Amino acid sequence: MTNATSGNTTGARMTGAEMVIQAFADQGVEHIFGYPGGAVLPIYDALFHTNAIEHILVRHEQAAVHAAEGYARSSGKVGVVLVTSGPGATNAVTGLADAMMDSIPVVCISGQVASHLIGNDAFQECDTVGITRPCTKHNYLVRDVNDLARVLHEAFYVAQNGRPGPVVVDIPKDVQFATGTYIGRDNIQHKTYRPKLVAEDAQINAAVELLASAKKPIFYTGGGVINSGPEASRLLREFAHTTGVPVTSTLMGLGAFPASDPQWLGMLGMHGTYEANLAMHDCDVMVCIGARFDDRITGRLDAFSPGSKKIHIDIDPSSINKNVKVDLPIVGDVAKVLGAMAIAWAGKGLKLDKEALAAWWTQIDRWRARQCLAYRASDEIIKPQYAIERLMAAVKGKDVYITTEVGQHQMWAAQFCHFDEPNRWLTSGGLGTMGYGLPAAIGAQKAHPDALVVDIAGEASIQMNMQEMSTAMQFNLPVKVFILNNKYMGMVRQWQELLHGGRYSHSYSEALPDFVKLAEAYGGVGIRCDKPADLDAAIAEMISIKRPVIFDCVVDQQENCFPMIPSGRAHNEMILGDMAVDLDAAITDEGKMLV
Amino acid sequence: MTSSPEPIERHTLSVLVDNEPGVLARVIGLFSGRGYNIDSLTVSEVSQESHLSRITIVTTGTPMVIVQIRNQLDRLVPVHRVEDLTTEGIGLERELAMVKVRGTGEARSEALRLAEAFRARVIDATRESFVFEITGKTDKIDQFAYLMEPLGLVEVARTGVVAISRGPQAL
Repeated sequence: MTNATSGNTTGARMTGAEMVIQAFADQGVEHIFGYPGGAVLPIYDALFHTNAIEHILVRHEQAAVHAAEGYARSSGKVGVVLVTSGPGATNAVTGLADAMMDSIPVVCISGQVASHLIGNDAFQECDTVGITRPCTKHNYLVRDVNDLARVLHEAFYVAQNGRPGPVVVDIPKDVQFATGTYIGRDNIQHKTYRPKLVAEDAQINAAVELLASAKKPIFYTGGGVINSGPEASRLLREFAHTTGVPVTSTLMGLGAFPASDPQWLGMLGMHGTYEANLAMHDCDVMVCIGARFDDRITGRLDAFSPGSKKIHIDIDPSSINKNVKVDLPIVGDVAKVLGAMAIAWAGKGLKLDKEALAAWWTQIDRWRARQCLAYRASDEIIKPQYAIERLMAAVKGKDVYITTEVGQHQMWAAQFCHFDEPNRWLTSGGLGTMGYGLPAAIGAQKAHPDALVVDIAGEASIQMNMQEMSTAMQFNLPVKVFILNNKYMGMVRQWQELLHGGRYSHSYSEALPDFVKLAEAYGGVGIRCDKPADLDAAIAEMISIKRPVIFDCVVDQQENCFPMIPSGRAHNEMILGDMAVDLDAAITDEGKMLV
Repeated sequence: MTSSPEPIERHTLSVLVDNEPGVLARVIGLFSGRGYNIDSLTVSEVSQESHLSRITIVTTGTPMVIVQIRNQLDRLVPVHRVEDLTTEGIGLERELAMVKVRGTGEARSEALRLAEAFRARVIDATRESFVFEITGKTDKIDQFAYLMEPLGLVEVARTGVVAISRGPQAL
């Protein structure tokens, strides 16, 4: 086999390594992210003989998984990773855990030492399936080459069906060399895994009846809407417009509902908007759509939306009643459930109480008038919020994908980017992985070569996977790294200010690299800007460069990210930026125990 | 939820799984990783041709946690079916134990008499010891072991609970 094509190859004899490539072709894989090593050399050899698949060589296996996540999240396809045994696999663990938490479909092929060496502490051996078991949706160790094709196709099936997630296939080197019989993807049916996609009519009917009885309804949407596909976003918009219900979203769900829509309340949760959180607190019917009542969302659990009836739509039954007890659980795919709800709503001729809804919107508008995202502008120093606003103004109308690292800059990006479309926003929500943004940008850029991909970064996070600039250079991926440089691990500094008496223990970066020179060292372009007046021109320059750019945006070191629900507090106890409060007193001792 | 102190319940779950390497580790890892309790766990292959194993787990938790455990188990890819025999109220539960008692004279005779009362069988005997085999519900075995304590109980080996539902229906 020299050219993997997706034809009928069932029954063909080939080596395990060739099966991997053939299975990729059958699954429509065009790009894989990986790093070679001893235990995957046969697969790399098979890769050498094919033109159907492009391999993107990363500089660290963690980045391979994040790149695959960025690729998957921005394109709706499965992200594919290829790593070697031992350190290759352990380096991938952070990425796998990240994909697990954020439900991103990833298939990771890892090499393993030869079968007869397993368990002998061989060179570059580790118990990959043991280590990755809790941080993957499923994993396999393939001991017989005749099982390999089935396992590979199952891996793709499991990764993308139901609640998506990462799947590891660990292949010993002798299995890669061995010859066996290949089976095509259409000849495989998984024995047990059949996620439930369609909800019962009774549930749908009960849900629309409950919604119709609402006086203060809200849609609380999450990453599940995006995972369900573009149709889910379309149906969400349609149903929201039909009913007139206000919409808020988690970090992971941004873009599913357009931020420019008058029914949009902004993000909710710890750094969510005043109007979104108070609407969540005061609503009487909450429809949770593809979100999971995470602790960043709920704040203090026993004070979470105390007066509401809750409907929870989720494809994963284990998400239901995990943190918050709901009144009406609906297990199913978001698009299918929303579609059925819209039909039932229209079929029954249901309408919300017009007056009550108008009063609810009046209340929401009062909260909106509080302008919770307002910040003090400055002519002297660049405010991080201002930097993001100017960046977004400059890219308006362009084909843009935004990734982030983790911390203050991530929350500001979530607050100020205002996405109108799904799949445009790639961020590490659940695991909160610093170092996610640059490799994810590389993956997104590979999936969308002509788009503008910007990693909004912090100067601390970016250094966790800085080496991937080299990948971007090698593969001509003109990603833009937009660093909000405040010389601190900003969110750590903010928490130390609020919770630990301003004792900034090890959150200041004493020896930062010169990011302009660093960009140049990699062969990219470096830009520095530290004056508000120069910002627009500098951003325009960054956008005009068709090569990787590191933009060192020097911002206010003291700026804190508000609004903020202090840990252990309820939605209606949030702190706004202009509130003169004793921040230390705002957080209880119990709250300090929380993260 | 933190505000509603719910009672802790003991539930027996039957889990039908593919008998593939690592499946038990997945189940145990789920319990330890999420902080659930395991009071008893048994596993064995029950169908050779379809490679199915049956795991019986006795666990404790609030009703909300018990449902969560069931859903989390159901989410594991090699799991075919999960049944909560306690909730369904249809569970038959048995445990087998081997109980070694050492003694002579009156204590030895008393141990034998009690064994008969409990329908335990003698499966090994020396002049100064017995090994009894006893089957029954967990509390019966607890009680037997408790009674043997003053009579020279040396050690106990228990299988843990196996359970099946009453009536014609299968898992």
